[in-house]
Amino acid sequence: MYNAEKVIPFIIVLIVFFTIPVWLNFGRLEAIPQPELPKKEKKCVESKEYMRAYHMKLLDDWRKKAIRENQHVYVASDGKTYTISLQRTCMKCHTNSEKFCDKCHNFIITHPDCWYCHIAPEVAKKWQ
Amino acid sequence: MAIKRRDFLKLTSVTLIGTAVSTAVGDLLTRGEIKAEVYTSPPEALKGKRWAMVIDVKKCKEGQKKGCEKKCIEVCHYLHNVPSIPDKKKEIKWIWEDEFEHAFPEQTDEYLEEIFKDVPFLLLCNQCDNPPCVRVCPTQATFKREDGIVMMDFHRCIGCRFCMAACPFGARSFNWFDPRPYIKKVNPEYPTRMKGVVEKCLFCYERLAQGKIPACVEACPVNALIFGDLADENSEVSKILKERVSIRRKAELGTHPSVFYLID
Repeated sequence: MYNAEKVIPFIIVLIVFFTIPVWLNFGRLEAIPQPELPKKEKKCVESKEYMRAYHMKLLDDWRKKAIRENQHVYVASDGKTYTISLQRTCMKCHTNSEKFCDKCHNFIITHPDCWYCHIAPEVAKKWQ
Repeated sequence: MAIKRRDFLKLTSVTLIGTAVSTAVGDLLTRGEIKAEVYTSPPEALKGKRWAMVIDVKKCKEGQKKGCEKKCIEVCHYLHNVPSIPDKKKEIKWIWEDEFEHAFPEQTDEYLEEIFKDVPFLLLCNQCDNPPCVRVCPTQATFKREDGIVMMDFHRCIGCRFCMAACPFGARSFNWFDPRPYIKKVNPEYPTRMKGVVEKCLFCYERLAQGKIPACVEACPVNALIFGDLADENSEVSKILKERVSIRRKAELGTHPSVFYLID
């Protein structure tokens, strides 16, 4: 290889540069988001694992069913029924979107636009 | 070119391994997903084939004389977080009041205007049976439900305003800016809208699902507004429309409005 004494160190510098975030956060655990869970209720509409992985799909299905097909009740896999509504059902337990939704969403930089129209409970409180 | 035995065996084993791996990955991706989701409508929900409203304009006038202070408009706009924007060109309205000559511009009978000079006409989305707004919507954000309500899915509205151009009744309003600063009293149970979407009266679909009649009908102290199912022969609206004289706005356009005005 020509100019190996220049090329190889430069490749190493590049690798270090692009992996800086990994080295800076190495071993740090406090960055992992800790959303505040509701104190009153132990169980969400579905299991914790399901909600973690598929809450966006569930919310999307809820919207389609309630608005487009006029089916306003969701029967969960354990047989319990829930009224389909973000503001009247979900946010009655998760009483703060900043302390719950935003914790993870900010961490992974996804900003869904729910709250442009839907009124977060903490916003409603301030409004009155 | 014939394939060699050795190559055939190699290919077969690679295919087998590939299939096994792809199924495993597929299982991983759909892990924990619920296969059959069940949705129903609540037992208390009001069910109909073609929801309609009858407005008795003379009763409405009486009510206003007694001082109802247009409760129907107030209640509707509070429940649905409709902003009150002073600029007439940018205002948002779901239900509003106008004069006869504006509500029925096509009426050419000379003395009608005189008769209805100070009779208030409550105007709202006519929930047409043949809605032109639905035909033009490019995203199906507005569509007709099975019970006749011309529904809106605000999530899908891209703000093209084709529906506003198509609606002959001016029942649709566009959000030129964020409406939230113009909502004084908020109803935390219902969403607002955002900049860039069109909105209109939805015949209180959310209240029908809870077994309640539309808010304006419930709020009227003199029962000038009557709500019911036109497809049902025995409903109150059907009976009233058989007995009394009613007109509809711009019926000649063939949109088949479901809001009737009693004028006798």
